[in-house]
Amino acid sequence: MIGDTLSRIGRVGIFLVRVLRHAGVVFTEPRAVVHQIYNAGARSLVIIMLCGLFVGMVLGLQGYDLLQRFGSEDALGVAAALGLLKELGPVVTALLFAGRAGTSLTSEIGLMRATDQLTAMEIMAVDPLRKVVAPRLIGGIIAMPLLVAVFNVIGLFGAQLIGVQVMGVDTGAFWSQMQGAVELDDVNEGIVKSFCFGVACSLVAVYEGYHAQPTAAGVGLATTRTVVISSVLTLLIDYILTAAFLGR
Amino acid sequence: MKPNRSLEIGTGLFVLLGFAALAFLTTQLPGSGMRLGAAQGYKVLAKFDNVGDLKAGSPVSMSGVRIGRVEAIAFDATDYRAEVTLRIEPQFDKIPDDSDASIQTAGLLGGKYVGIGAGGSETFLADGGRIEFTQSAIVLESLVNKFFANFADKGSSTGTAPASDAAPTKE
Repeated sequence: MIGDTLSRIGRVGIFLVRVLRHAGVVFTEPRAVVHQIYNAGARSLVIIMLCGLFVGMVLGLQGYDLLQRFGSEDALGVAAALGLLKELGPVVTALLFAGRAGTSLTSEIGLMRATDQLTAMEIMAVDPLRKVVAPRLIGGIIAMPLLVAVFNVIGLFGAQLIGVQVMGVDTGAFWSQMQGAVELDDVNEGIVKSFCFGVACSLVAVYEGYHAQPTAAGVGLATTRTVVISSVLTLLIDYILTAAFLGR
Repeated sequence: MKPNRSLEIGTGLFVLLGFAALAFLTTQLPGSGMRLGAAQGYKVLAKFDNVGDLKAGSPVSMSGVRIGRVEAIAFDATDYRAEVTLRIEPQFDKIPDDSDASIQTAGLLGGKYVGIGAGGSETFLADGGRIEFTQSAIVLESLVNKFFANFADKGSSTGTAPASDAAPTKE
């Protein structure tokens, strides 16, 4: 059992190194990478924005309800900004990314495997890692931090909408307290997290697709595994990174 | 491979939006960043001995109603006091020029704001006017210190513990 897990982690690590040897595709085939940024990023934008708005609005409501018990509803801006930047933005975006973009990556590559397209490429001396996997992995890694940033901005807007427009928190207090309390380090923490989640989710997605059983059931199973493993991994990495950032 | 124009435009828009969001987060959220938005209304100056954690953007209120914002806080090295610039909204132009300004706290953990108490003068504050009567922020720690110092004095001078004072009221 432990041996299995260890060898799995090892295989994923070796796979990552083999794919990253082809990181040059960013320069040699920028169009392929752009296509994948479009697939993973631009097409996830609507769901990210919608969820960001609702998460922000809920933060506004819950934050206001909690803070007004202490007569400190002015601190709503700080609470919403830190909550979004450090935790909710990266984590919720990563979970949505795993469901929206990760599954499509896995099933696409898995289906290529099932229909022997990957084998055909190898026969034609085209490395599928370079042609298929590398642009998808890199596209996902580039797209994630941008999606998180959009999520955060929309979320702040949502919190502002509920807190200031509906609940009547003072606009100036909302923004000035936020600007007084949020440090550049807090923003950076979110960016580091989103980058790590981007690597984890994209890597799991392409790995599961590439190593899927070449059957219809196998592709379905691989897609399910992508969502489960990405989600658990995201939350695990989130804990480790939070502990590391707070431990400084 | 024929370049797909709409795909490239879509990706470009997405990347642009993402970087715009990143730029907003890194420049607008931390306090050191730059500010957007045009100011309106007139400026009033006030000097305080101690502004506490009053910040640019904090509300200025009169009788609990917000009438403006703190625009800037600077340090005046000639008399070692903080010079606070208040921007009052144009419809509140009937503030007596002998009004007083004090720095107060909203709630237990709330932010600081400037409260203005109306004076009795017939002339009103104009743009660039100055509020002469000011009261500084109350620093909670010094208040607590003062309280305990008082408490200790009282205990040593009368020679009785505070518990014995409290005893008769219990009955």
